[in-house]
Parts: sequence; C-alpha cells; structure tokens
Amino acid sequence: MTTEDILDFPAKPAPTPDDRSGDLSQPLDRLSPDETLKKESDYLRGTIAEGLLDPLTGGLGARDQKLTKFHGLYQQDDRDLREERRRQKLEPAYQFMVRVRLPGGVCQPDQWLMLDRLADDHGNGTLRLTTRQTFQFHGVLKRGLKPLQRGLNQVMLDSIAACGDDTRGVMCAINPALSHIHSEIYGLAKAASNHMTWKSGAYHEIWLDGELKERSGKEEPFYGPTYMPRKFKIGFAVPPSNDIDVYTQDLGYIAIVEDGELMGFNVSIGGGMGRTDNDHRTYPRLGDVICYIPKADMLTMSEVVASIQREYGNRADRSQARFKYTVDKQGLDWMRAEMERRMGRKLEDPRPYEFTSNGDTYGWAEGDNGNWHFTLFIEDGRVADHEGYHLKSGLRAIAEAHQGTMRVTPNQNLIIADIPPAEKDRIAALLDEYGITASIEKSVLRRNAMACVAFPTCGLAMAESERYMPTLITKLEAILAENGLSDVPIVTRMSGCNNGCSRPYVAEIGFSGRAPGKYNLYLGGGHHGQRLARMYLENVAEPEILEALSGMIRHFAAERTEGEHFGDFVIRAGYVTAVESGWDFNRPNTPRTNAGNPRSPS
Amino acid sequence: MTNHDIGRLLTQPLSPDQEELLRQLVGSLSPEQALWVSGFLSGVARQSGMSLSPAAPAAPGGGALTVLYASESGNAAAIARSLAAAAESRGKAVTISDLADYSIRSLKKETTVLFVTSTHGDGDPPDTAATFFEDLRSKRAPKLEGLSYAVLALGDTSYEFFCEAGKILDQRLEELGAKRLHDRVDCDVDFEGDAEAWSEAVLATVAASPQAAPAQVGGGMMAAAAPQAAYGKSNPYSAEVLENIRITGRGSSKIVNHVELSTEDSGLTYQPGDALGIIPRNDPALVEDVLTALAPATTETADGTPLTQALEDSYEISLVTPSFLEFWAERSGSEALAALTAPDARAERFQYLAQHHVLDLLRTHPVSGLTADEFTGALRKLQPRLYSIASSPAAFPDEVHLTVGLLSYDLHGTSRQGIASGHVCGRLEVDERLPVYVQQNDNFRLPAADVPAIMISAGTGIAPFRGFLFERQEQGAPGRNWLFFGDRKARTDFLYQTEWQAFMKDELLTRMDVAFSRDQEEKVYIQQRLREASKELYAWLREGAHLYVCGSADRLAVAVDEALLEIIAKEGGMSPDKAAQELKVLQKQKRYQKDVY
Repeated sequence: MTTEDILDFPAKPAPTPDDRSGDLSQPLDRLSPDETLKKESDYLRGTIAEGLLDPLTGGLGARDQKLTKFHGLYQQDDRDLREERRRQKLEPAYQFMVRVRLPGGVCQPDQWLMLDRLADDHGNGTLRLTTRQTFQFHGVLKRGLKPLQRGLNQVMLDSIAACGDDTRGVMCAINPALSHIHSEIYGLAKAASNHMTWKSGAYHEIWLDGELKERSGKEEPFYGPTYMPRKFKIGFAVPPSNDIDVYTQDLGYIAIVEDGELMGFNVSIGGGMGRTDNDHRTYPRLGDVICYIPKADMLTMSEVVASIQREYGNRADRSQARFKYTVDKQGLDWMRAEMERRMGRKLEDPRPYEFTSNGDTYGWAEGDNGNWHFTLFIEDGRVADHEGYHLKSGLRAIAEAHQGTMRVTPNQNLIIADIPPAEKDRIAALLDEYGITASIEKSVLRRNAMACVAFPTCGLAMAESERYMPTLITKLEAILAENGLSDVPIVTRMSGCNNGCSRPYVAEIGFSGRAPGKYNLYLGGGHHGQRLARMYLENVAEPEILEALSGMIRHFAAERTEGEHFGDFVIRAGYVTAVESGWDFNRPNTPRTNAGNPRSPS
Repeated sequence: MTNHDIGRLLTQPLSPDQEELLRQLVGSLSPEQALWVSGFLSGVARQSGMSLSPAAPAAPGGGALTVLYASESGNAAAIARSLAAAAESRGKAVTISDLADYSIRSLKKETTVLFVTSTHGDGDPPDTAATFFEDLRSKRAPKLEGLSYAVLALGDTSYEFFCEAGKILDQRLEELGAKRLHDRVDCDVDFEGDAEAWSEAVLATVAASPQAAPAQVGGGMMAAAAPQAAYGKSNPYSAEVLENIRITGRGSSKIVNHVELSTEDSGLTYQPGDALGIIPRNDPALVEDVLTALAPATTETADGTPLTQALEDSYEISLVTPSFLEFWAERSGSEALAALTAPDARAERFQYLAQHHVLDLLRTHPVSGLTADEFTGALRKLQPRLYSIASSPAAFPDEVHLTVGLLSYDLHGTSRQGIASGHVCGRLEVDERLPVYVQQNDNFRLPAADVPAIMISAGTGIAPFRGFLFERQEQGAPGRNWLFFGDRKARTDFLYQTEWQAFMKDELLTRMDVAFSRDQEEKVYIQQRLREASKELYAWLREGAHLYVCGSADRLAVAVDEALLEIIAKEGGMSPDKAAQELKVLQKQKRYQKDVY
C-alpha cells in the first residue's frame, strides 16, 4: 500500500437528496427485477402453494424462493453434499431454514416446548438461537413446512417477515435487572413488530390453509405491492447495555429512563452490517442518533422512518438498497427535516445516555420485582444435546417446570426469566442435573464470542463459522492465558461471508469469511458497539491470524492501561486507524510503523 | 423329377467323375432322402461361402421348420435364433416366432416345430407366452396329429418347479397327438452345452425325418438375418468401467450404483430395452471363508488353476443346488442332509436350499480331505447376471449404462450379498474391465416415434426407461411420455432425479408421477398413483399409448396389473372379465410390455 493508493481512496460523496433515479418514483422496468417480482407476486403469493405440491423436487422455483423469504423461510441445501449429489444425479439436498418471528426474543414455556418438538419432528433436531433474538429451524424438508407452520400457529407464533424486503423481527434489550422497564419496552417492541409486519393474506392462505381474504386494493395499506427496497431492522436498547447493538439497526431506539420511568427514546437511523467484498460503495455503517421522541410517538416514528426508506430507498441497485445508503445519499440534515415534516412537528435533540458493553451478564440476577433470572451461555446459539451437556433436553425439562418466560439474547444466549423466588431452587437443580450450569463457566473470551451459522446450511457462506469458531477461540484462549489476560472481555465475532450476520464489523476482533479457511481480520471495533472495526488482514488463514493476534495480545498485556479495551488499544498502539464512519470503513489501513513490533513484556 | 433331368442340370459344373458319383447316389435315394440331400447340399454351399444371399429362404423343396420360443430374460430367444440360423444353414426354410405372437391354431398348419421355452416364478411360462400356454391347456386346443415337435426347456434347478413350462408343453403336445421328434432336454442355468447338443441332435433328426411339403405358416416373422453378435455369454466382451458411482444419497437404506461401461471398438450393439449380461466375480472374502471351512486336500484344479482363483472366477459358491446337496449329503454322511435329498422331501429340500448357502453347509457339515476338483465338480458354473440397460446407444455412443441395486440380506446372522450386485457395488473400480454381452429383448421395445408411452417402474426398474427417454430425445420422437416411479425416500432414492427434471423442463416428459413409500406415515406405492391418474391414463390408452412395466415381478408387476384392470374396468365401464380381456389384447398387440424380475 503506497501513500498514493491511500490518497486515491475517494472522498465520501456529498448527499444528493434530489436524485430520484433509483427509487420508487421510477417505472418498474428501470428498477431491479426483484421489484417486478414483488409487484407481480400477488402480494407474496406467487406460485408457492403449487410449488409445495410438486413431488419431483424438494425445492421451490427461483421466484418463489425469493417470495418465501417474506414468509420467513429460506431455501438452502446441505452444501457439504452439493458436489456429491450432483455427481449422483440427485438435486441438491434442498431444505429450508425457518426463522420464527419472536419480537424481543421473549418466549413462553409452552412455546418453547412446541419449538423443541417441531425441531425434532421437522427440523434437524436442533434449535438455533440467532443474533436477532429468535429461533431458526434448519434442515426442514419441503413437506415439513406446512406442519411446522401449523405447529407454530398453535402456540401463537409465526414466521411472517422474518426474512425478505420488509420490517424484520424487532429486537429488544434483555436487561434482566430492570424488570418493569423491560416489560414495558418489550410491549412496545412487540407492538412495533405487529404494526410493521406485512398484512397480506398470503401467509395464512399458503401455510394454514386459511380462508382466501376478500381482495381489495388495500391488502398492504403501508407497503403497497413492492414492499421495502430491502430488509429493515428495528431494535430497542436500554442503556447502559447495548446488547442489541443498537447502532447496527436501520432504526434503533435508545431508551431514556429518568427516575426509574421510561420517558421516550433517542432515535438512531441508518445502521447496518452488510457489505460486499471489493465493492467500496458498500460498507457497514453505524446509525446516527438523530433525535429524541416521547415513547407515545414510537409507532408513528417507526412508520415515518420506514416510509422514507420505502419511497427514497434505492430499488435499482440492491447493493445500495439498505436504509444506511439512503441516509448517506439524502444526508442527515435532509433526513431530520423530512422526519419532522412527516411527524408534523419539530423534533427534540437526543438526550444524554451512556453504554458500557454489548455483552451478556451470565448467571443469576435478581429483578427489581423480586423474580430471578438465569442467563446461560449457549455457544454460537446452538441448542442441542451433547455428551454430559444435555442442553436441549434440559431446556425442555425447564420449560415443563417453568412459570416465567425464556428470553433469547442478542448474543445468541438464553435467559430463564421471571423465576419466582420459591421456584429458584427447583430451576437451579434442573440446570445442574442437565449439566447446563457449568456452561457459564466458559472463558470470558468464549462467552463474548459469536458466530453465524454458515456451512453447511447457509447458501451465502464462503467459509466456516459456527463449526470453526469454537476451535479458534480455544487457540486464542491459550494465547490470552499465556499473557495473563484471561479475564479481559474481548468481543470476538465471526461471519462466514461478508454479510455480517454476527455483526463482526463492530467487534473488537472480527472475521468475515472469504474462502474455505480464509478470512478477513478486522480490529478496533468499540467494546460496546460504538465504533466500526477496520480490516487489518485480508483473506488470510489461521496461522497468519494467530501470528498477528499473538503479537498484539502480548503487546496489549505489556502496555494495557487501566480498564483499556482491546478494541481501543489496537488503535492507540497504531495497529489500525479508527474508522470514522461507514464510508471510511473501506479506506485501507495505515498502521503506524512501530506497531507490530511490540516490546517483550518485562 | 427324373435322374436324367438332374444329370442335365448338373452336367456343366461337375467333372465326369463327380457326375457319375452323383448319378449313383441320386439313383439310390428315396424321395425323402432326396429332399434331405438337397437341403444338405444347400447348407454345404452356404458354409463354403458360395451363397449369394445368405439371408434368403432356403432352396425350394428343402423342407420347412418352425422355431417357436417363449423367453423371459432373452436366453430362450437367443437359443431359438441360433437354432433357426443353424437350420437355415442346413438348407431349411425356417420361420421363427415368439409365442407371444403365435396363435395355437396355427400349430395345425405346421409340420415340424421346435420349441424353446424358459420357466419363471413358480413354474410359470414367460409372461409373454401366457396366452399360448392357457390355450394349450384348454379344451379348445386343436388336435395336432400332423405335427412333429421337440422341446428344449430352460430352467434353474434352484427353483422348485424346474423347467415346468417346458415339461407342460412337451406333455400337452403329446396329448394332443403330436409326434415327439426328440426327447425334451431340461437345461439348468448353464444351458449352453445342453442346448447346443440338443440343437445338433434335433436338427439331425429333422433332416432325417422328411416332410412332404414346406410348411404353411402364419403369424410369425422370418428369421431375421441379425448379425451374429461377436460377443456372447460364452465369449463376453471385456468392457472398461468408465464410471461406477453410488446414486442413492446419504442416509438411504439402499445402495444403487450407476455404472458406465465403454463398448468402444467392441462392435457391441444394442437397442433400448435390451439387457446386458455381466459375468461377475465372487467376493474374495467369501472365497476365503469357503476355503477356510473347506480345508481342501489340494489347492489347484486339474488344469493347474489355483482353487482360490477358480472359486472367485468360475463357480457359484453361494447358492446350493440340489445336486450339490446330494453330493454333500453323501460326502458328509449326514443323515439329516440325506433325508432332505429324498424324492418325497421336495418341499423341505427347497426350503432348506433357500435358507442355506454353500458356506453354511461347509460349516455345519464339515467334510475333510476333498480335492479341489471334487469340490468344484459339485458346484454350478458361475452364471452371468442380466441387467436392463439404462442407456440409449444414440445418446451415449460407445457406452452402455447400468443401474445396479445391491442385493443384501442377513442369513444365519451374517450379511450376504448378491454376487453380481455385490461385485459391482462393492468392488468394481473405474478403469477395471467387466466381461459383458448384450442380451436382446424384443419384448421390450419403444413404440413408433409418434406413439405415446406410459412407463411404470419402481426402484432400479427405472433403468430401461432412462434408455427409452434418451433414445426418444435423440430421435426427436413426437410421442408423449409419461413416467411413473416409486421408491422409498425422495431425498435419497429418487434415481436419476436431475435427468427427469431436465426432461420435464424440455417437455420430453409430458408427465411424471412419483410415490415415495417412506416419506409419510402411510406407505404410498406407485399403483396408487396409477389409480389417482385413472382417467388420464385410460385416455392415453385410448389414444394408442404403449404401456411398459419394469421392476420386481412379484411386487410391482402384480400390483400394476391389478391397478390397470381396475382402471380399465372403471373408465371403460366394463366388467372385470372384459377388462382382463382388454389387457390381454394390449399384451397381444405388444402394447403392454413387461421387463420384470
């Protein structure tokens, strides 16, 4: 990298709020083919119902595959078997990932029991907790889809809008200690989800054999026939915990609590992780906190922001369609003015708040209403039974006994929540009996690590993630132990591709897969998700990764200041330059020349 | 004709000495002998390459002969064809016909008929000849006093009703007054030697027993001048294995392999519907077990072949034949085994044979000190196995493809495998060579290009339809195609799935119906799909569609028959009896063809 190259990196383009060449104002034929597909899908019906009946394939047609995302399911195939089956003249081992809509990650015990059973009956026997606080079933065969949906319906769950160009599952802070705030915010998150979810009768007709709805022009009063330009994510954070990574949401609400009462929210707009390797026009972006609203305005604000994206989002180029690009293209001033125009009043400036971490706190915690919560660590969110660690069976036993709720955390962990004091011992005994209590005794590093699903099911994966991360963590644990840093929390995240489902671009140590065994290494993300990381190594294998990190960790041990986070240290020590904004993310790193030659600890 | 006439005709080409010899001979001949000589000389002329048109019927006055066959796997047909060719080469006018196409009433017009018939299942004649045999046994069968005949019966001694169809045929013809020219010979699976000896003997007898006039024949077709395949059962072609891959997916309860063999430079030709005979090799591990149990006194056969190799390459070492049982009963001195060989212990014997392999006998009734030759002498020669060809020569020139399902089962606590399927699915490597030959099967042929085809299969029975469809694609045949396929699980057992999908997309396949028995609580089989499509299926038949069934004889074929009868009765608004007649007519018209095993 020469100085010239660095200087060649283009400056951030100025906003062009009047350019409407790629948005909904244009005729369909000037937009991406996906827009036509949505428009012609008859409000997400397509030929899904017919495709489900085709016995010659375990998959669906290409167009229906896109539409089923709106219904919360992705057609995937077992990629371990793809080549083998091609030679066997068998189609890929098609299977579906079904993602439940579970606002705020809160689940009742009877719902848990149903999910547990459905995973056995129709999935691969495991449940996957996700980074957006919900459940995924993997390995569901086409013929299992309807029975699975009917099972969800029996316990008042669905998978509407869990994927697709729509408003996705709404996240909500876990905050076990502040029970009454959680309960109120959870209610709002659920209301936001219900309010923003698409309304077409397609879901009930296709999956639940529901009555055909009376068709009127108003099947989608908010979205219309082309829905959103791309996915749109909403989340609620409660400081001081930024567990939901509020800055990565398209629309983030930061709770402002005064005197123990929820007053309203600071509004963050334009966050998002996805990017494309080697395309500098794409980048992860952290949201900008643009205003404060009283809590009563939350639903209106949600509609206002989503409607701006609906109308101004880029529908010609899907790589530029996320709201974060709309915000950069329109500019923050324009955005705020437009939000005020649509709200019909001036907006208040953001109120002060402070985040300190984005991780989970494990073990027992007492809520302010006297109930107990137990947060357990679930490595990479996979609920399965293992030798000596019968997580899935244990959680089933707990769900059978438990009177409170179960909450999926944004770090893919689980809280057994709202345990009345009288029941605490019973639940504790069950946790012990199934070998679950010990899970929270994993290393600090492991408990702060997160990986996406990737191989073998995810169609986007370029490298392993969930199946590899535990091994890598073991190796990093050893390096930290050698340097006496085992107790320092470092947020480490891995995604199998550049889309960033595990939010690696805000991690202190982040990885995104490039090819089997090869990753980009990102460093310098903010410990509580407040700063993007910068790419330090590109497309490298484990030996190079370990070599680089062990040097830095040794250096960190030697020169760490009191309470300093690793993500801050690598910037101070000059390994990476801090990322200022989304656009700046792609600027090549300019390490200081003395970095990387740490003095040995004395 | 006078001596003088003959002399005049032949004067020119013969030397005076030859002319004199001939004159003497002709003068001594009875009219019948004269006829025979004329045929004989014609044959001599042909064999010495003088004939200008080898395919032409024999010289006038040569006497006529009809060869009729009923074939299940094609062996009987092949014998019949070579028998006809041999007779022709001896100057006979020969008509050859499949009993499927032959009416029993035509027998009244025949003078000499040679029958070759196989037996299948529980002593039944081949399916194609079912009507003929029914007529033969019925009261309406014609008197056949003017007929001379001989029967060659093919069978398998490991079945209870060995050569039953041939026996019935032989006996019934006699009852109807026909004259047996030569004793029936019952051949076991290694039929070549017996069949050849019988053919020779019968043709000699025919030659010596003159006929008054050439036979009038109806219904049959003339022996085709089919080029004699250079390779056959006794001299197979060593085909290189190009591909041998398991095509059932992981998690399947079955192992099915797709095999591609090279026929390049072999001159081997086939048509879709034909079968490929493969000469398998025994599992070396089994050979070792047998040798350990046997502890033979010598380790080489008389010709110096190591016994290990002989057992691997040349003998059936799984199946116990009745003669091996007798041999073993005698050598072991076992009274229990001896009791099984008693003539009245037939049922017990066959039950025992069905449940024991050679190895079981060796282990439970040890015999010490047997020589290699004593042991091999008691064994049956290793027989080729036939597989329906899964390719089309037009689509895959110089290749022949097979779909081989591994036969695997437990017997006395150990896992046993089919000899050929175990070889192909377990040990046959790419680049190795496998001895093969083509077994013609004229009873399983595509219809004319514009005729619709309904193909019904289960499991590896899909194989010939792959050949059919690739062939029709190459032909650009406009006839519609409807394929039925059943197996256990769609995800792992949908054989050739991506090819059918491509054929559907190209609209070569008009329709495909599948049944996967283990994909839902209630087992669903392909016959249910037939019933569900009753109306359309009947409509296709009305439009002249040909029906094909390939798969297991006892499970698939019977169930499909039942379903078809129901469909015809229901959609045609007719009685079950009438429907059965209709189905028979379809069979007679060769519009309903089966390749079942």
